[in-house]
Amino acid sequence: MKQKDYLKDISEIKNLMNRSSRFISLSGLSGIFAGIYAIAGAMIAYLFLFPEPGEYLTLHSQNFKLLLLVLALVAVLSVVTAYLLTTRKATKNNEKIWDATTKRLLLNFLIPLVTGGIYILIKLGNQHYGLTGALMLVFYGLALVNASKYTLGNVKYLGYAEIILGLICAALPGYGLWFWIFGFGVLHIIYGSLMFVQEKKQ
Amino acid sequence: MGIIDNINKLFDHRIRLGIMSILMVNEDVDFNGLKELLDVTDGNLASHLKTLEKEKYISVQKQFIGRKPNTRYSATKIGKTEFKKHIEALEKLINN
Repeated sequence: MKQKDYLKDISEIKNLMNRSSRFISLSGLSGIFAGIYAIAGAMIAYLFLFPEPGEYLTLHSQNFKLLLLVLALVAVLSVVTAYLLTTRKATKNNEKIWDATTKRLLLNFLIPLVTGGIYILIKLGNQHYGLTGALMLVFYGLALVNASKYTLGNVKYLGYAEIILGLICAALPGYGLWFWIFGFGVLHIIYGSLMFVQEKKQ
Repeated sequence: MGIIDNINKLFDHRIRLGIMSILMVNEDVDFNGLKELLDVTDGNLASHLKTLEKEKYISVQKQFIGRKPNTRYSATKIGKTEFKKHIEALEKLINN
């Protein structure tokens, strides 16, 4: 065999290793949308639902339920947008949306995320509201780092950023909402834009 | 002599090289998964899997999912070691 054939062998090996173990059709645009939803949701919460100075946000109040509803809406909208855009990109890449790589990606993403979600709900149930924002950021970051092995590797940097932000947030109580907006809003938009530019270049 | 020794004749074929590449990074993969990734016919894939199995580079587990037979393949320790040696030899050849 000639040298050229060996080079072809190596690139074929790399290609197959990536295609068989990583889901590469995540869309950058969905990150941007997730960020916008998060900021819009947080603004609604800040303007209408947060307690006035001197009031308390309690678990059974109307506002708290609405807050959870806004949060759920942001999550659902983000997931639906991501699903639609990713399906579109997967079709373009000739990748299947539901195969072994997506299942593995989702499983590894959901284990830290669901753990964190349940933990936060337990804390809220016990009237511990304080670190909810920090906990969401930290567990979301851990989920991203864990999932990055099964998709585009650079997702892990977004994960690291979310974890660090969550820890800083935990050290500075009282600014939870702002850290939350920065982590789920601004960072998503920055990361999504970077991905989007990269996609366009290819 | 030297590096040429480590070029493994068994991996000097697109499909066998492909099978091993996939099994290096996945715990196990079933027949259809391999077929789709490599874009080959059943018969062709089966014969190359046989060759690798005979050398004990891959192991085969047969099971049933419901009523359908499902055959899963994974790389053995020997297979992984040999494949790594092969890749190192390829890299050295390219760099020389």
